[in-house]
Amino acid sequence: MLKIEHLKAAIEDKQILKGINLEIKAGEVHAIMGPNGSGKSTLASVLAGRDYYEVNGGSVSFEGKNLLEMSPEERAREGVFLAFQYPVEIPGVSTTNFIKTAVNEIRKHRGIEPLDAVGFLKMMKEKMKVVNIDQSLLSRSMNEGFSGGEKKRNEIFQMAMLEPKLAILDETDSGLDIDALRIVANGVNTYRNAGNAFLIVTHYQRLLDYIVPDFVHVLYNGRIVKSGTKELAKELEEKGYDFIRNEFAETEEA
Amino acid sequence: MTDTIQNFSDTFMQQPVGALQPFRSAALENLKQYGIPGNKHEEWKYTRINALFQQPLALGTTSALTKADLQAYRLPDAENAIELFFINGIFQTDFSYQGNVITVMPLEAAQTSSFAHIVETHLGHSSKYHPDGINALNGAFVHNGVFMHVAAGKQVEQPVYIYYINDSRTEATLALPRTLLYVGASASIQVAEQHITIGNETSFSNQVTEVIVERDALVNFYIIQQDGFNANQVCTTHFRQIGKAVTNATTISLSGGLIRNNLNMVMEAEHGEAHMFGLYLLDGKTQVDNHTIVDNAMPHCFSNELYKGIMDGESTGVFNGKIFVRKDAQKTNAYQSNKNILLSDNASANTKPQLEILADDVKCSHGCTIGKLDEEAMFYLRARGIGEKTAQALLLHAFAIDILDNIKIPALRAYVDQLISKRLDFNF
Repeated sequence: MLKIEHLKAAIEDKQILKGINLEIKAGEVHAIMGPNGSGKSTLASVLAGRDYYEVNGGSVSFEGKNLLEMSPEERAREGVFLAFQYPVEIPGVSTTNFIKTAVNEIRKHRGIEPLDAVGFLKMMKEKMKVVNIDQSLLSRSMNEGFSGGEKKRNEIFQMAMLEPKLAILDETDSGLDIDALRIVANGVNTYRNAGNAFLIVTHYQRLLDYIVPDFVHVLYNGRIVKSGTKELAKELEEKGYDFIRNEFAETEEA
Repeated sequence: MTDTIQNFSDTFMQQPVGALQPFRSAALENLKQYGIPGNKHEEWKYTRINALFQQPLALGTTSALTKADLQAYRLPDAENAIELFFINGIFQTDFSYQGNVITVMPLEAAQTSSFAHIVETHLGHSSKYHPDGINALNGAFVHNGVFMHVAAGKQVEQPVYIYYINDSRTEATLALPRTLLYVGASASIQVAEQHITIGNETSFSNQVTEVIVERDALVNFYIIQQDGFNANQVCTTHFRQIGKAVTNATTISLSGGLIRNNLNMVMEAEHGEAHMFGLYLLDGKTQVDNHTIVDNAMPHCFSNELYKGIMDGESTGVFNGKIFVRKDAQKTNAYQSNKNILLSDNASANTKPQLEILADDVKCSHGCTIGKLDEEAMFYLRARGIGEKTAQALLLHAFAIDILDNIKIPALRAYVDQLISKRLDFNF
């Protein structure tokens, strides 16, 4: 589904991604872990098309198409979804209207009839249950005055509504209490199936207790330095990131 | 004084205006003394109003327009409104409201009626705040203005719609509409102004509206400007709270040539409250200059001011907000905010807060921003599959919407929302 080869990206003069290789197939859940500043969020942003990063090497194909040539909206319509680390507050735009507009833009791209008000409401009610999100929240302005947990739940709710093929979760677990974490994980697990895939970017192992990944990769200093199964996440949790730092200190020099 | 004005002076001083003559003569003296302000005048440096006098202008000529011609410009639900029409600055008695929910009469007639003392006391109060030739020009040739009176305790349920129409189909036109509205104690009224020019020749409307508000009265006032590029305007709206009252004004400027809005809130009684909202959504070469004054003369008054601008093309938005807090006006609360979004490299915004505070126990704040659309928000919308144009429309509409929320006439709010949505290509 997603094939990343030798991907390099910089912000201003600072090289952040220094050659990422990663392949994700349908039905797989991949976790990317790594210490702060390793480039995890940059990778998520570059995949979603945030333009303040300059891609200066490598390629990314999504279902055989060149992802890097697409605008952010085209990527979303093709089925890439980014759950933001810091969801943006948009005063004056109701959450329901926002999501309805997004759902129908994506349906239009896929050649499906736009949902009418009734159909949209029905769909919304179903998905609301999964992430335990309240109707009153959805009638408010997008993320405005939402708590941290509400914002993250809203991200997962949007994911459920937009039905992406590839969902990238950028530190969705950060700042969540255990109940919110369970709700978020439950949303992902409910939606997880053989036809879609997840890339979960996280600093901590704890989310992976609830969303069990097929593969775990360690990102350090702009490269994937280690890949393994869920056991690797446990090892990281036990040993901390210092063992990565020590083991791969020489890459930092290079 | 320009030739244009000299010509007016010659012809208009012949008109029989009876009791208004001393008022006009005094204003004419002011006009001669001040002259039309040039760009060296601090209050007019962004608004080159004198350029409009470089050509011959016909003042207040009679128009062939009929009421049927104006049908298309009427505001929503007009059948249930109190409607007043001005054409080329002349109040059209025949077209306008004839009922008795409120008293409506030509200004000249009011001066010899039982309301004479009101006209005597209040007409021209705005000139204290505008010592310039533009305000004086309106006063010097005041003719066929209107006087409105809302009796004490009267809750006027239907909105009052005032149409200021300029007919510039055959010649460059100058209109000097004058309106005096007196709102009695504990009364309430909602007024909306619609500004329209018909025709392609230069049109200039230099309007003065003075609103006197007694204790416990409520006035909601809406100004809607959606005119052609040939249509220029100085729109002075002067509120004078002579008792503890609430006055709300919302100014929506969507198109036109050179537009200058002077909005004043004079708080002469304790515990007065005033809200001022503005939205200017500009493109082409339109220039809108909003000058506001809040004059706190007495303690415990509250005022809040929020102006928002979106400028595209080569348009210019100007905001100048003065707040005076006089020595005795302790416990004044006065807030002011101006936010601008520039959509093009050739558009510009100028913003200037001016606070003069002579009391020592007050809360005053002001803030202004000039920027582009929030890039984080744009990316967020686009990352959800919403196209760039739609995302921009959604964000701009959201930016504008909290100004519209102050329009308390539902049909009028919907109408303005429609105008804005159409301009932004926003349809949800």
